[in-house]
Amino acid sequence: MQTIYILWLRQIKRYLRSKSRIVGSLGQPILFLFALGFGFGPIYAKANGGNYIMFLAPGVIAMSILFTAIFSGIEIIWDRQFGFLKETLVAPVSRITIMIGRTLGGATVAMIQGLIVFAICFVAGFRPESLAMVPVAFVFMFLIALLFTALGTAIASVLTDFQGFQLIMNFLVMPLFFLSGALFPLENAPKILSIIAAVDPLSYGVDGLRGSLTGIVHFGLFQDFLILSVITALCMWVGSWLFSRIQA
Amino acid sequence: MIMSVTLLSSGMPIVSVDNLTKNFGDIAAVKGISFSVQAGEIFAFLGPNGAGKTTTIKMLTTLLKPTSGEIRVNGFDPRVDQDNVRKSFGIVFQDPSTDDELTAWENLELHGILYGVPTKLRRDRMSELMEMVGLMDRMHDLVKHFSGGMKRRLEIARGLLHHPKILFLDEPTIGLDPQTRNHLWSYVTDLNKKENITVFLTTHYMEEADKVATRIAVIDHGTIVASGTSDELKTQTKTQTLEDAFLALTGSTIRDESASAIDNMRIHSRMFRKR
Repeated sequence: MQTIYILWLRQIKRYLRSKSRIVGSLGQPILFLFALGFGFGPIYAKANGGNYIMFLAPGVIAMSILFTAIFSGIEIIWDRQFGFLKETLVAPVSRITIMIGRTLGGATVAMIQGLIVFAICFVAGFRPESLAMVPVAFVFMFLIALLFTALGTAIASVLTDFQGFQLIMNFLVMPLFFLSGALFPLENAPKILSIIAAVDPLSYGVDGLRGSLTGIVHFGLFQDFLILSVITALCMWVGSWLFSRIQA
Repeated sequence: MIMSVTLLSSGMPIVSVDNLTKNFGDIAAVKGISFSVQAGEIFAFLGPNGAGKTTTIKMLTTLLKPTSGEIRVNGFDPRVDQDNVRKSFGIVFQDPSTDDELTAWENLELHGILYGVPTKLRRDRMSELMEMVGLMDRMHDLVKHFSGGMKRRLEIARGLLHHPKILFLDEPTIGLDPQTRNHLWSYVTDLNKKENITVFLTTHYMEEADKVATRIAVIDHGTIVASGTSDELKTQTKTQTLEDAFLALTGSTIRDESASAIDNMRIHSRMFRKR
């Protein structure tokens, strides 16, 4: 238990100490929010979609969590490079404990990042529909954070260097985001797009988040929660398994 | 020719290796080596680049699974009893392994918790060790601001925090100035005498091995080619210095060590940071 705590604390300390990382990772969501949000806003309203910022904000919050979480998981590659990974691998602690500590830490960091973006959205004019549902939104945010940190850990356990990183970004993380319905409604989307969205786990995160914050829901909140939880558990399990197989 | 030399000595071995082999694909990195280290010894494991030193250490310290052969570390098998083996040793790796974004104190704290050292005892030992390696006044500084020598000393302090029976030092003096090297070795020999900690070291500096090691094994191409005290090796090869003995045993051709993925990545990261 103490082991999980100290590894969690390590992730938090590293995050809080890299101010440039905090500020740097806020650039993208702000850009999306302002360029897309205000740029497409009038057209979206004309097409009877309503307020686009209201629609977009949960997607942008999910995006910032997705990116931070994947990066937190992938940080293992850095640890491998700077040698710190070996220190944890020779310690008399089960690998699963190490994996859980790191993942919880990474997910907490992603969650904090998501909360900051939440605040930025608020400044941009986004208002949650009901305050009572905000805690539900937090649950979805944390599930997204946990899922993708675990996924990042799983990936980093297999990759030994950053050569494959670009591949992961362009063929996994970007599609996960763009095809999740974070930017556009899945209602009336072409068939192929909705099929892809249905297998993208982030879709359920975005939908759950949007549903709890704005009331606009595509799959249904309970279904979102269920599917997201199952996939998170699966990713944690696969991640732990791959992490436990690392040899240095 | 595969030759295995069993070192004969009295007493209970704290590390024993029998017919240990490690293959990476088609390449045999370690070819059926056997040796043992007695409790309280300072044992030097010497060999040219790529001879199999680090691979052997990784197998002894549970980081790599052997292809075949038997290992006992403090009586435990690293394949089955990982945790007991891990509790038995402290290690200073060839490459730095501290977390640069944490302070020296936080690095030790993390290590102590990973090894389950109780809080009070941990804090006492941490202060004691910091004092001993001369980092007391820098303990709350981030490790990234430390020099190479300071990082080494911190790693040694860390390796000792859980009072291991065996201390593995994999080329601990690489890149250090003579002052720090001297300081480090006198500290290690002191520790060996006072605390009776067994030391298992590798180094490319023959004069260091000559000075501190009670016994030496020379490994080349994955096979142990000679072993004994420094004097025995010199007599055996009819040479005056350990360095000459080493060259007589391992030849004078230069060895290539293929760049690992980690090395490549290090180059990449340097490029990133320059941007």
